This record gives sequence, structure tokens and C-alpha cells, in this order.
Amino acid sequence: MSAFLTIDNVSHLFGPNLTTGEKIAAKLGAKVETRSVRAVSDVTLSVRKGETLGLVGESGCGKSTLGRVVAGILQPTTGTITIDGAPVMENGTKVTTRVQTIFQDPFASLDPRMKVGDTVAEGPIAHGLTKKPEARRYVAGWFERVGLDPVWVDRYPHQFSGGQRQRIAIARALAMQPDVLICDEPVASLDVSIQAQIINLFLKLTRDLELTSIFISHDLSVVQHVSDRVAVMYLGRIAELGPVAQVFGTPAHPYTSALFDSVPKLVLDDDELVRFDTIEGEVPSPLSPPSGCNYHPRCPLASGTCSTIQPLTQPVASLRTVACHHFEAQLAGAAND
Amino acid sequence: MTDPVLSVKNLSTQFFTRAGVVKAVDSVTFDLAKGEIMGLVGESGSGKTVTGFSLLGLVDAPGRIVEGSVKLNGTELTTLSQKDLRTRRGREISMIFQDPIATLNPMLTVGQQVRLAIDAHEKLSHRAADARATELLSQVGIPSASVRLRAYPHEFSGGMRQRVAIAIALLHRPSVIVADEPTTALDVSIQAQILFQMRDLAAETGTAMIWISHDLAVVSSLASKLAVMYAGRIVEQGPTATLLRDPRHPYTAGLIASLPATAKPGTPLTQIPGTTPSLLSLPPGCPFAPRCDRSTDRCEVKPQITLQESRGWRCFHPVEKNAEVLA
Repeated sequence: MSAFLTIDNVSHLFGPNLTTGEKIAAKLGAKVETRSVRAVSDVTLSVRKGETLGLVGESGCGKSTLGRVVAGILQPTTGTITIDGAPVMENGTKVTTRVQTIFQDPFASLDPRMKVGDTVAEGPIAHGLTKKPEARRYVAGWFERVGLDPVWVDRYPHQFSGGQRQRIAIARALAMQPDVLICDEPVASLDVSIQAQIINLFLKLTRDLELTSIFISHDLSVVQHVSDRVAVMYLGRIAELGPVAQVFGTPAHPYTSALFDSVPKLVLDDDELVRFDTIEGEVPSPLSPPSGCNYHPRCPLASGTCSTIQPLTQPVASLRTVACHHFEAQLAGAAND
Repeated sequence: MTDPVLSVKNLSTQFFTRAGVVKAVDSVTFDLAKGEIMGLVGESGSGKTVTGFSLLGLVDAPGRIVEGSVKLNGTELTTLSQKDLRTRRGREISMIFQDPIATLNPMLTVGQQVRLAIDAHEKLSHRAADARATELLSQVGIPSASVRLRAYPHEFSGGMRQRVAIAIALLHRPSVIVADEPTTALDVSIQAQILFQMRDLAAETGTAMIWISHDLAVVSSLASKLAVMYAGRIVEQGPTATLLRDPRHPYTAGLIASLPATAKPGTPLTQIPGTTPSLLSLPPGCPFAPRCDRSTDRCEVKPQITLQESRGWRCFHPVEKNAEVLA
């Protein structure tokens, strides 16, 4: 297995934004709130060339933060990210254009006062992928690829629907000719019928352009559809990682299992009264995560060990890892269901 | 069969804007029996929320109900004065909104807000009202409810806030609750807890519910019948499982087929081409015709409802037995 994108022991902490006064006060020993949130904790994973890795979890689990760190938008507090051996960041500056991002909200991610063609051309011109006189043709080519009429380059974002805007955002990312694409909930704000159009476009483009991608979503059915492997995050850590069919079929982590069970499925029998197996309680505050395994307060399999010792990430099968003391019991239970 | 609690006939709501008349809700008709849960699904702009608002008489200018009737327990609501409506809202019919942070007043404690809702329709002493509020909040799954009454909305998580909104909606045991995407903003694990509780509460109290959602899976696990809206009209309605297994309207069929859960992973999804039409300039006939692969010249006329047993659809070329969609 050759790793193309590697994320090595990456953590990201969000600290309070202290004013200069507060910093001095803290130095002098005054009580200033300096707690920080560990949004991403010791994440290590690698993605192969051409692979799509799904990243799922509930809000606040750190999936978007991890995506931003990988994209070079946020600097990791510790750890490194490399693409094909070359680092994404050096001395706190992003040094590559090989990774690009598509964001959730196509209304917020396009400048409302810029023609969409100029928005798409901005990056490629700045990085010498095209020259100003040729930019129009260059952009038109990408518009066609994402299913937009090239004559629309002179329009403004408000003249487009949500689905079309997301296509523009995709064109902007691809016009930089990246190797790695980070998609942060790209279809979450779209209607079901439009969502299918964008998913199909994503599948086609990643295949045609041999893109390596990380697909972040809270919608498990979307992730299941587009990903080769999936990583399940909980409170900043990767609970489980593996090929989609295996992770969704026989979850090795109790959280994965519970998460899948709480997703409503299409019910097609008249008499069936669905019972949801709900997860007790809520996600704890990341400001004060539980000791040991951070899932233990909600976990049905939790034992004494779980509240004191943090489980190590261990391999279950090829390309598959889990961080749980009781994964064998979980797998045995899943097999009996 | 007993009389329905809520009976809606030919309800049409329009907004008279400077740009023209927006036909947000067009001839919507349905009945709701005691304790029944109906799912109202559709994409954004299909008129599902305006339908909910119309039922409670909450449509503001420039919008108004131009036609039709809404009968709640035999009383016609569309002709009532705002004053008379207010005595019924919250007591006989109530609504839960999508965004719990906008529903609750940030300046009042949760207890004060529940008490206000009690006072609106009942005379209770302060202590009795508190006891009632505590009971309700624990019923919807808020731990240590008596302490939490003194907390402000910002001290609650999203899921807990929505539980407070649900408790307020359930307060006077109304005959009908209109729930407008109440779990859309929540995480799946919290959504599952709330869906589950709502279904049990509806069964316990005999409250009928209209569950508005864009998510077919959520609705299918909750509602016994379903109405699918497109461009202001109900294009198809019927028992949930039958309708999902065997959709007749091409839009319903397309919607089901476009779900990633119904397709083989990695394969292209079935997509509905085009986008939803603007409600300002609807095509004269079937609003779905421009996106429909079954449309013919006939579709230039508005299709009337075809009724068959417990279900109905508005289409000249209904899909026949569409088993392969879900295979």
C-alpha cells in the first residue's frame, strides 16, 4: 500500500484568544481562562492515491477541523501532513496548491461582488496555471467539466441556484489542478434531487482526474455511497477506520454501531414499528473530555479499564483499525445479530 | 370511521409581492385522524412550511389564504378572528419550529417561558405551574428538570432546547401538533432520541401530528401516512409504506431513487434533471412536467387528483408498479 496523503500524529488545539492585557496578567499569575479545546487529537491516517476517505461523526467531533488542517487552512498544533512526501505547510505557511477545498455553504463561499468567472480564475492566474488573456477560456473549460454553461462566467453568484453554486465552487477548486480534494459537507445544504446531481458529478470527476479526496459528512448514506474507506470520529479522535463495507457491515467500535443504528432508514413494511436503538445522553463538552476512552460514559460495553486507560489504535484487519478495549466483544456481538 | 380531528380542503395560500403572485400552497387537501401522524415531505420552496403556517393562521401580509377550509374539531379556522384563533393556538393546535434557538426567548428562563405558555390558557398558581412544568420537562427527557427550570436557553444544548420547545407544544395536550423539521438541526443520535419520544407521546396523548420534513427516511419511520409536495401542490399522498414501495407520481419515484441508500455504493445515482420551478412563474399545467421524462402534451393541463383506495396522485402518466427502484 502506498500512502499518498499522510496525516501523521496531528492534533489541533483551539485556545482562547487572549488580549495583550490578559496575556500579561496570565504571565503575572492572575487567573485567566487559558483552557483550550482539543478539537483534533493525535490523528494518524493515510490515504492512497485515487482513494476517497469518508469522514463521519456528529457535530463538534472535529471532522471539519481535521479537514481544514489537512487543507492547510489551519496549522496543526502538532504533527505533519504530507502529500506524496512533500509537506503541506512549512513554518506556518501553506506551501502547496495540490490540496483544495469545497465548503458546505455555496452561498457563503463565493464573493457576491465578483463575477463567478473571475472567482474561478483568481487562483490559477496567481499561481501561473493560466495567463490573464487566456483565463476566460481556461475557466470556460472547467465550467463545462462541472456541467455549467460557459457563457455564465460573467454572472454573479446570486444569479445561480444552490446546486449551481456548488458546481462553481467545485470548478474553482479543480481549476487549481489539485491532487487532493477536501470536501466539507458539500451536499448538506442541497435538496435531495440536487444532492444526487452533485454526488454523481463528484464520483465522475474524482475518477476522471484520479483525485484523492477526503469527504466529510454527517450523512452516513452519502459517505457510504462515495467512499472507499471511512473514518468515524468522536470527540477529536478516530474511533474506527476501515473499508466502507466492513465498517458499515460489522462495526468494531460500539460508537460506530450505535451511530448507524440511530440513523432512520426507509421503512417499507406497513406494520413495522421501527425501534431506534438510541445512544444515551449527549456528546460531552470537548472542554472537559472524559478520562480514558472518551466514549465510555455512553458506551454499553464500558468496563473499569475504559474510564482510566485510553485505548490504543490497533489493527483489526488489513486497512482497518479501531480504538476500543472491547472491540472483540463488539465484533462478536455484531456477528450474532 | 370517526370524524377527523383536522380536515383541510382545497387550501390555497398566496403571497402578493411586487414581483407578482407567489402561489405557495395550491389546493391542498387532507384529513388527519386522532393520534395519526402524517409526514409532509418536499424540497425547499415546495410549500410545506407555508402549509403548516396556514393551518395555524400564521401567514402574514403580503400572504393570505385565498381559498379553502381548515376544520379543527369541526370548527372552521380560516374565518376566525385573530383573537379567537389565539384562544385555540397552543391549546388545540400548536407548532414546533425547526430552529429551537429562535423559538425560545433568550432573556427569560426556561421555567418562565413554560409558565407563560401555561398562563395563556389556564389559571394555575405559581407553584402548581412549576410542578406542571417540571413534570413536562422530565417527560420529554430533560434530566433534573426542576433545577433546569431556572436556566436560560443558552445554557441548554440544541437537543435540549428542542425538547423544551416540544414540551411547550405538548403543554395543553392539543389535538394537532404541526412539527416543522424539528430534528433537522440536530445530530443523528439526538434526532433518534427525539423521534422516538415524539412517537410515544403522540400515542399516549392521542395528539395527531403533521411532521414536515425533507428527509424521507425520518418520515417513514414515524408517519403512518405521507403527502409529497412539489411546487405548492400535494402531488401524491397515501399510506407511508405503500407509497414508498410503489410510488405513482414520477416525482416521488425520482425522489426515492435519488437517495444514496437505495443505490449500489459508487454507482451514479438516479438524478432528477433541472431545478424546482420558481413559484412566481409556474408552468400552466403540471409543475413537474419540465423535469419529467414521462411528460406529454397532456401535461400542459393541470392534472386533477386520481383516487385509488386510500391513496391519490396528480399525474396523467403515473408510474406503474415500480419495484426495480428499490431492488
